[in-house]
This record gives sequence, C-alpha cells and structure tokens, in this order.
Amino acid sequence: MNRKFSWFNATSLTLGFAFLYLPMLILIIFSFNESKLVTVWAGFSTKWYGELVRDQAFLNAAWTTLKVAVISSSVSTVLGTMAAYVIVRAGRFTGRTLFSGMIYAPLVMPEVITGLAMLLLFITIGLDRGVTTIILAHITFTMCFVSVVVSSRLATFDKSLEEAALDLGCTPWDAFRSVTLPIIAPAVISGWLLAFTLSLDDLVISQFVAGPSATTLPMKIFSSVRLGVNPQINALSTIMIAIVTIGVISASLITKRSIARQRAEEQAAVRN
Amino acid sequence: MNPRRLFLILTPYLWLLVFFLIPFVIVLKISLSDYAISIPPYTPTFDLSAGWEGFKSFLSALDTENFTFLATDALYYTAYLSSLKIAFIATVLTLLVAYPIAYGMAQAPDEWRPTLMMLVILPFWTSFLIRVYSWIGILSNEGFLNQFLLWLGVIDTPLIILNTQAAVYVGIVYTYLPFMILPIYSALEKLDGSLIEAAEDLGCSKIQAFWLVTFPLSRPGVIAGCFLVFIPTLGEFVIPSLLGGSSTLMIGKVLYEEFFSNRDWPVASAVAVVLLLILIIPIVLFQRNEQKQREAN
Repeated sequence: MNRKFSWFNATSLTLGFAFLYLPMLILIIFSFNESKLVTVWAGFSTKWYGELVRDQAFLNAAWTTLKVAVISSSVSTVLGTMAAYVIVRAGRFTGRTLFSGMIYAPLVMPEVITGLAMLLLFITIGLDRGVTTIILAHITFTMCFVSVVVSSRLATFDKSLEEAALDLGCTPWDAFRSVTLPIIAPAVISGWLLAFTLSLDDLVISQFVAGPSATTLPMKIFSSVRLGVNPQINALSTIMIAIVTIGVISASLITKRSIARQRAEEQAAVRN
Repeated sequence: MNPRRLFLILTPYLWLLVFFLIPFVIVLKISLSDYAISIPPYTPTFDLSAGWEGFKSFLSALDTENFTFLATDALYYTAYLSSLKIAFIATVLTLLVAYPIAYGMAQAPDEWRPTLMMLVILPFWTSFLIRVYSWIGILSNEGFLNQFLLWLGVIDTPLIILNTQAAVYVGIVYTYLPFMILPIYSALEKLDGSLIEAAEDLGCSKIQAFWLVTFPLSRPGVIAGCFLVFIPTLGEFVIPSLLGGSSTLMIGKVLYEEFFSNRDWPVASAVAVVLLLILIIPIVLFQRNEQKQREAN
C-alpha cells in the first residue's frame, strides 16, 4: 500500500514517535542535571555519572548482570539452535507435541509464574540460590526465543543443500558446520543478541530465583526506583540506552551489508 | 534411532523437561498443600524413604483448600477481575494509539520505511524497566506533565496521575506499543492500494473506504497485536508496582506479594495455577488465529 502521504499520516507519525521517544529523551537530558531534584533543571553536570562509577554496589551488580547475560545467552543459543533443528528437521518422534509445547509456552508465560515455578524447583532439589540459579533460569526462558528465531530461518532454507553435502561424503556434523551453519548464522547471531538483551533486562525471574547473595542490575534499579526518581538511575539508564542504540544500529548495518553482498553474489552466479 | 539424533533431540528436551515442565508440576503440588511454619513453609513434604505407604499418605494430605480460599476471599477474585479489565482496556487503548502510527508507516515513502521500522523496534530492545521508570518523572505531582499543564494554564492544581490506574494504562500502552504496531503494519503493508482506489471510484468516501476495505483487510494484524498485548499484560508485575501504587490491584503483583511478603507459598502457587488456567483461553485463541493466517497464505 503506497498512496498519498497526507498531513494526517505525517501528524500521526510525528505524535507517535514523540510519544515513544520523548520520555527517554527527558530521562537522558536530566541525567546531566546538576540538581538532585530530577524535574528541575539546575545546570549541566556529569557528577551523577561520577557517583555511579564510584558506587561499588552498582559495579558489582553490573558485573553479575554481564556475567549472567554472556553465559546464559551463549548456552541458550546452543540449546535453542538444537531445539530449532529438532522442530524443523527431526521429523516425527515420540513426545514431539510436548516438545513444541514446551518451546512455545515460555514465550507467553507470565514472568511471575515462570519465576515462582523455577524457584520452587531449585528449593525442592536443594540447589543454593545465587548466580548459578539465575543463569539456569535465564537459559531456560531465553532458549525458546532463540529457537523461534532460528527455526523460522531453518524452515525457509533448502534442505537439498544439506542432502547434497551428505551425498558428497560429508558427515552430518561437517554438513551442518560447512553448509547449514553459515546459512543460518545471521539468525543464530540475532538469536544470541535477543537472548543477551532479554537476560540483561530480566527483573522478575531473577528476583524470584536470585536469593539474598546475588543482585543483578535490574534488581538494583528496581529497589532504588521504588523509593522515587533518582538521578543516578537516570545516568545508568542513559548508558544502557546508548549501548543498546549503538548495538541495534550496527547490527542492522551489518545485516544490510550481508544482504547486499548475498544479492551481489547471487547475481554473479546467475551471470556465470 | 542413531545416537547422534538421540543426542540432538534429548539435550533440549531434557533441559526443558527439568527446568520448565517439572517446576510446574511442583507448583501444582504445592498449590494443593497446606501452609506451615517450617522450612520449606508448606506441608506435606514428600519423603522418598517412606516408600509407597508414604506416597499414599502424601497424596491423601493434598486438598483443594487453597482454591476454595481464592474463590471466597474477595482480594483474589477482585484482583483477577481487575487484571482482566485493565488488560482489556489497555489493549483497546494500545490499538487506538498504534493503528494511526502503523497506517502512517504503511503509507510513508518506501525509502523511509527501514528507518521507521528501526524507530519502532529500538525501544523494544531498550530495558523494559527503564522505559517504565521514565514515566515516574513525567507523571508525578511535580513531574513534567503537571509542570507543562500548569504553565499552559489548563489546570491550577497538579493532577494526581502517578500511583493511579491511569498511570498503569499509560505505562502499558507505552511499553507494549511496538507489539501492536508491527503486526498491523505488516498487514497494512501487504494491502493493495488499488483496492482502495476502486472503492473510491465506486463512490465511497475516504472514511467509508477505510471502514469497508482497509480496516477489514488489516484485521489479522489487529487481532494478532491485541493478543500480543493482552496476554502479557494480564500477568504484568513491573508496571503496576512502579506506576500503579497500592490502589491498583493486579494479579501478578498479588502473587508476588503473597510469596515474598506473606511467605504463603501454597496460596501463591494456587494463584499461579488459576492465572495459567485463565491464560489458556486467549493463548489457544491466538494459536488458532495464527494457524488460520498461515493456512490463508
């Protein structure tokens, strides 16, 4: 659909994007505010960033969060890719319905329920709560997102490429490594990024399974935000927004370039 | 079955079985237990060493008392009803805000579209918690919205918005907006512009053409978007606890408080079981809708 771009469309887009971005813009501007009052402007200052960097509790939480996110998203990418392979390629096996149910259920499960259920499991099997339990929980809920992303890519690519590799004498693992993996790589990478962001962002599930010994950044933010607005949190939010923005924009540039390259290669192949 | 295939299937299967399915069995079991002042704070606990007799006495000690309690205590059914109401109204509001944006995006020049898409997706990658937090400074009594309205002279005294249901609606619409925009946009983008021209040539006004052609053809996207907002909103915890104050009753918050403040694990588990049962209906409807779309394509 591509018709006249009317004033109505222009207005709704402007208002819509203002609504989406104004709150974050205000947040960023007031992270540079001199005053402790977050709604009154008192001059430019970067002192809240300085306080943030000197706050050991925040640094510890940031380190925990990063550790959890890197480990859990990496494991969940492997498990999620395996699960996607099973869903798309493994054909029929006993318990397939249950398997696909378990893959899709976490996507729609309220976090309070997932968190509660996992905590009760960890208590029942007597696993000490801490970083390990957070990682286990994050792997479980993020692997389902990875598997959805990867399986949609797997479903669209030609199975005969893999079969050709097998016919030419590749072992299944070689065929996967040299044929399938390069083709699904963009999906695997975006699956990893999604898992990483979800883990970085997760509050509720961590809150349930963390126990008293481990604190992640969202947990720290949540407990200080409950007491009201706080310029230090604005500074932290600004840093997180900056990281995400840079990440998303560079990821999309990379995808755009790889699509362009793929097209060029295809055209070259057609000409030959 | 060859060992490689077995390994491939069993690894994710066992992981999900242990860390996803079994936890729900445990929740179900604890929801049938009784509260007790002990560690863990419920009874009966299952003792393997007692053997079959122990298992039988364990089973007979389970009862549905907690569910009767949920049905009779006003706090819980009010919380369920109020969550349903908030989720429903918030979904409608999100639709009203999202539709014009998706419509504008679909009609924008081709070269703008990747940028517009990126602008919709970017907030989705930004921390949910931070996006909810950003509204506290806007909606509070001395916040930006009140300052702006006072400056305009529209109001004389600050409006109380933060810690009311209105703030919860703002928070939900704001955070779930991309989930509504994207499916509607992808439905509208596929729409053939000549259909609308045909309708107008046949004497429809622009508004009639919209209601008779554009809107019905975008309905799959609207339905998908509504489910994508309604389902997660129902169990929402962060938004009501940061923006809703004590007056907003939502079941996700009740569950959380039942568990952490009252430490009543059996009741918290029963709340979770009932919430799951309620959620099954929209989830099944959503699946069916998706299935129908796939078959139609």
